[in-house]
Amino acid sequence: MNGVHDMGGMHGFGPVQPEPNEPAFHETWEGRVLAMQRAMGYLGLWNIDMSRASQEMLPPQVYLSVSYYHRWALGLEDRIVKHGLAGEDEIAAGRSLHPPKPVKRILTAADVGKVMKRAHFERPPAAPARFKPGDRVRTRNINPATHTRLPRYARDRVGVVEAMRGCHVYPDSLTTGHGEDPQWLYTVVFDGRELWGEGSDPSVKVSIEAFEPYLVAA
Amino acid sequence: MPAHDEGHRHNHDHGHDHAHGSELSDPQARVRALETVLTEKGYIDPAALDVIVDTFQTKIGPRNGARIVARAWSDPTFKKRLLENATEAVNALGHVSPVGSHLIAIENTPRQHHLIVCTLCSCYPWEVLGLPPTWYKSAPYRSRAVIDPRGVLRDFGVTLPSDTEVRVWDSTAETRFIVLPMRPAGTERWGEEKLADLVTRDSMIGTGLALRPDQVGHAKEHA
Repeated sequence: MNGVHDMGGMHGFGPVQPEPNEPAFHETWEGRVLAMQRAMGYLGLWNIDMSRASQEMLPPQVYLSVSYYHRWALGLEDRIVKHGLAGEDEIAAGRSLHPPKPVKRILTAADVGKVMKRAHFERPPAAPARFKPGDRVRTRNINPATHTRLPRYARDRVGVVEAMRGCHVYPDSLTTGHGEDPQWLYTVVFDGRELWGEGSDPSVKVSIEAFEPYLVAA
Repeated sequence: MPAHDEGHRHNHDHGHDHAHGSELSDPQARVRALETVLTEKGYIDPAALDVIVDTFQTKIGPRNGARIVARAWSDPTFKKRLLENATEAVNALGHVSPVGSHLIAIENTPRQHHLIVCTLCSCYPWEVLGLPPTWYKSAPYRSRAVIDPRGVLRDFGVTLPSDTEVRVWDSTAETRFIVLPMRPAGTERWGEEKLADLVTRDSMIGTGLALRPDQVGHAKEHA
């Protein structure tokens, strides 16, 4: 979706402000949010793409104004309520008011190691790859109202396939209820001027990780 | 509560249908309530949450990445493997935490400087660098890294030669990137542990360079 999360190339947010000796968490609750995200993910009811999609669905003024882990918390609540795991009334009350929904497994302390390594998203391909390194490709001009990983700044632009990354779960499909629909994934490089115009810095190149359905031959 | 949270307080007049109200004003209480509900319902074990938090606070951090870089600087065979398949190369090391798929290492050279960003969210190689810093997840970085990377580098005090290509990697899928910074001059006889002290977190994101030997000890604020 063309949401405020898709920030590449926007102006007006000001300088980057590094924080010396930044702690892992600024507030105790931030760590609890991250840990709950991992633990609830372990139930197997949603994947990382759905987590992202739920944050992107937050109203833009909320997305931009709340802190990072607060945004995670809002997205997590949204998924918990939508999956019927808990009600808004229960979160507001701070206690369980209704029977739990049966779940297949929960994360125990002994099993934490399992969520401290990134999951595999590669899948067997259904068809041969259409592109290879060196191929010129144009990204499609798509504007889905649903989750996509093709940023706006890189739509309808000509680039070169630099590398193949295997066949991966396709977020655009998964988040719209159409299954994993694995697709070939490529690193596609664009000249800065193709993205940002004639007057832009000629020494810049930008790459995206592009799923095959985002690309046509150029 | 630090001042940075004060700026996120809301009036409740959002004019949208999302059922957010009190939670926007006080994430601390709301998150505590959520954890209580999920625990009472048997979906989470608070002891597991404790372990996850502790792991990120004490075990997973940029030292993992620094060891990988120091090994690559010291061992050409490992460097070759790292650049070919970083996931396999790191997992074969043994002395750093294992990584899942799909880690990709990219090498800085005098002709090409790499910079990692995730414009759409906050994708980051946390297994080797720990949790991303706030600036990495912030709108200023996410918006500018792809359109004005040299400007972003200036924010970090880094100026590159004008003929160096700046290559920005937008992490738009489940691939993750770690930059192999250039080895500083004057470190030819250094062992891996000492070399690792030169490798800052920012140098592995591309917003910094590896420290020079004369900077060690008084320039670790970005480490």
